[in-house]
Amino acid sequence: MASTNDVVIKIGTVNGTGSASANGLLRKAIFRMGVPVVGKNYFPSNIQGLPTWYEIRVTGDGYSCRSDRVDIMVAMNAQTYARDLAEVEPGGCLIYDSTWPRSSLLNRDDITIIGIPLSRMCNEHFDGARARILMKNIAYVGAIAALLDVDLEIIKNLLEETFSTKQHLIASNMEAIHLGYNYASQNFPCPLPARVEKMDATKGHIVIDGNTAAGLGCMYAGATVGAWYPITPSTSLMDAFRTFCSRYRVDPETGKRTYCIIQAEDELAAIGMVLGASWNGARSFTPTSGPGISLMSEFIGFAYYAEIPAVIFDVQRTGPSTGMPTRTQQCDLISCAYASHGDTKHVLLFPADPEECFYMSPQAFDLAERLQTPVMVLTDLDIGMNDWMIPELEWDESYVPDRGKVYSAEDLEGMEKFYRYLDVDGDGITYRTLPGVHPKGSYFTRGSGHTKLGAYTEDSAEYQEVIDRLLVKWETTRTMVPDAEIRYSKFNKAAILTLGSCDGACKEALDRLEKQKVGLNYCRVKAFPFTAAVREFIDQHEVVYVVEQNRDAQLRTLLINDIEADQKKLVPVLHYDGMPINAGSVVRGVLEEISKGRAA
Amino acid sequence: MTYIAKPKIAHPSLPKNELGLTTRDYEGVVSTLCAGCGHDSVTAALIQAVFELDIEPHMLAKMSGIGCSSKTPAYFVSQAHGFNSVHGRMPSVTTGAYAANRDLTYVGVSGDGDSLSIGVGQFVHAIRRNLNMCYLIENNGVYGLTKGQFSASADIGSKPKKGLPNQQEPIDPASAALALGATYIARSFSGDKEQLVPLIKGAIMHSGFSLVDVISPCVTFNDHEGSTKSYAHTREFYKHVANIDYIHPSEEIKASYAEGDAMPIHLHGGDTIVLRKVDRAYDPTSRAEAFKLLRERYNAGEITTGLLYVNDERAEMHELMHNIDTPLSQLPYEGLHPGGDELQKLQSRYR
Repeated sequence: MASTNDVVIKIGTVNGTGSASANGLLRKAIFRMGVPVVGKNYFPSNIQGLPTWYEIRVTGDGYSCRSDRVDIMVAMNAQTYARDLAEVEPGGCLIYDSTWPRSSLLNRDDITIIGIPLSRMCNEHFDGARARILMKNIAYVGAIAALLDVDLEIIKNLLEETFSTKQHLIASNMEAIHLGYNYASQNFPCPLPARVEKMDATKGHIVIDGNTAAGLGCMYAGATVGAWYPITPSTSLMDAFRTFCSRYRVDPETGKRTYCIIQAEDELAAIGMVLGASWNGARSFTPTSGPGISLMSEFIGFAYYAEIPAVIFDVQRTGPSTGMPTRTQQCDLISCAYASHGDTKHVLLFPADPEECFYMSPQAFDLAERLQTPVMVLTDLDIGMNDWMIPELEWDESYVPDRGKVYSAEDLEGMEKFYRYLDVDGDGITYRTLPGVHPKGSYFTRGSGHTKLGAYTEDSAEYQEVIDRLLVKWETTRTMVPDAEIRYSKFNKAAILTLGSCDGACKEALDRLEKQKVGLNYCRVKAFPFTAAVREFIDQHEVVYVVEQNRDAQLRTLLINDIEADQKKLVPVLHYDGMPINAGSVVRGVLEEISKGRAA
Repeated sequence: MTYIAKPKIAHPSLPKNELGLTTRDYEGVVSTLCAGCGHDSVTAALIQAVFELDIEPHMLAKMSGIGCSSKTPAYFVSQAHGFNSVHGRMPSVTTGAYAANRDLTYVGVSGDGDSLSIGVGQFVHAIRRNLNMCYLIENNGVYGLTKGQFSASADIGSKPKKGLPNQQEPIDPASAALALGATYIARSFSGDKEQLVPLIKGAIMHSGFSLVDVISPCVTFNDHEGSTKSYAHTREFYKHVANIDYIHPSEEIKASYAEGDAMPIHLHGGDTIVLRKVDRAYDPTSRAEAFKLLRERYNAGEITTGLLYVNDERAEMHELMHNIDTPLSQLPYEGLHPGGDELQKLQSRYR
């Protein structure tokens, strides 16, 4: 049941009608009232005309995942009216455009139906088809503002910020707000019992999506070359990088750029460009999604064996194949971990939200250059494209990029001879050189069999020596990747182990289970290979519920493969319908297992 | 064996270039290709070209994909950095490498399988970007390492060692490059070093994408009677249309050229090439004429060689993107981010 500052608003519209800015306005206004919000966009793989929804979860408790109920439905799309109506929680309400009558068949007694003649009012007050459609969206924001008691002054401020250079739009938008607000106030008891009340819980926070945060992180990491092929849901990452670079990386006098973004002909070329640029000493990256990883796999294996840094963002979407491009999943764990033919394994980072997208970006470049290997940052559509409340991002001015083991011209000058793949330090990481730095630094980069000196070989022992040394590097990697987030109490025999965007749902689930006297410990892995702490955590429990968003329990497989975790202990709790995971599905999954006799 | 280094004994009488280096300093390891392979002649021409251009060996990047041709970067300029990438993907790696460091000289060596089949997409798009590189195709119409399958450049009617003649339309890299907007297009023959060396030099000095399509016969799988890529067939049907002389910036144009036969072209870097036309009416700065010539001569069964087309007006990749002159890989980190205070400010729109 909804209560004050615990309300879920879902707005169903038709895509391409400009509802995104209206929905954003409402979400921001509530956030500015000091109340935590979650914004989720459920959109079709389409440009215009298909159903789309935006969901605002008002959560005074500050939870970060999607809710499992809808309290207020704004049903603006006749095509989905029936299912939108059915989705409303008993006791909730449905707002619809009463300009045209709705069939009495589509009615419910257990919810409040609020008809507002949005089209009629907007047609009377505004000129032009486009303006009327856009203002209808703004008008429903006004109506919700009245029903939930959202501060109109804040809405006005937001419009003033948005349209600071287009004054006339402030007045017309406010007019539309008042149309909805006044009609609702005059015809319905406002505000509703479950409403929004000012708090002080959003100070020092921002609301941002993960792709924007990652693009920003790449700029702060000092990336200079970005190569990509557009693919949903990763496209906005490069868009963000481009936006930030066009602001901060263009010489005001000459207009010349200190960044190079190349839209490649496909993902095969995109990763090839990243490798070429990294080989030459630039920090270089590519954002993509699952199908792109499939195409990049050959080159990823090459980079593993030839030991070339690369940063790849995989904003995962629902597979297999084209799957559902605008729905979320964590389904590329195995294909990324072992991308390419032959014996390969790759470093993966698992940010949980946009905050970690930002901080893990420089970390990914540091690891890639330190380890001279591809590092893949696995986010997903939920993190990448939805609106998350996170603490304001801060920059550590003392940060110095870790460029790894690179011999300088001076180093090379003093050496008798340079060999590319000699394990000088015994950590499995060899020294490299950059082309053009010094004649003694030259070497031949190849994906064919090579010796520790860098020469071509078909000799068994020489080949195996290098491929075995890469295992030494893998163990070094294990000590360098970010450690897991662990909440441990010795009184609990069972635990949840998860990754990435499941974090919010799992933490909320832990709270709910606690209320039902089910105490569980918690481990969120942040990287592959898994650290020693992850192994220890599993050892400490009788049962570990592995929560992840794919059908085949891929994280569980990686745990068994990489650290030989006892597979009998690892109980999969899976969510893979394409919608972001919520606390309810975690609670249900765990309780179901407990009811079968598993440890709690 | 590709890892056998050649003994470095330079005869004192060997000529030296401006860097004081001899051609021996531009050699690589011993070739493992078949005796008589055209590719080894192309390697020799490349060594001669970079020697004569006074390129510092470590400022040269040798790029390749997979195949017989793509092995050759190991056989020249050992002190240059080599990148033997994956099949058909040399152009993308070179694009990224060039994006990061525009100061190096990029020579890509590819084959007809690498460029016209598996890698045709990357070949096409490197041209569209006017990537500043010299792109050599060692073209023999056949897959050697997998023992004799036709490639996409095989002519209709050309006979394999076993089986039926090719019936599919060939892809001519020069015509394709012309259609796609390449700014320097040449064709030559591995057996004609006199023509090939200046064409490679011009290609390296040209600012933008330079294609040199070299007919380079495969002695093992495609040098028999009935093959249109054999030594015998190439020698019989190949015709020069416009050769070039490369003029070093420090030299004056000494040779005398009959008017109408010669056309000096000034390159971006201050160098000049002089076109020596065999066909007086031919204008290699005209894309339309180049198309016509290539098609007409091909229909007549001829292999047209020389500098087929040149356009030194079009900006290369970095210029098209308005990128800074300093190599991106050499920019100090401090200038690449606006700092913590600005991070605070830019977040106002997310509050």
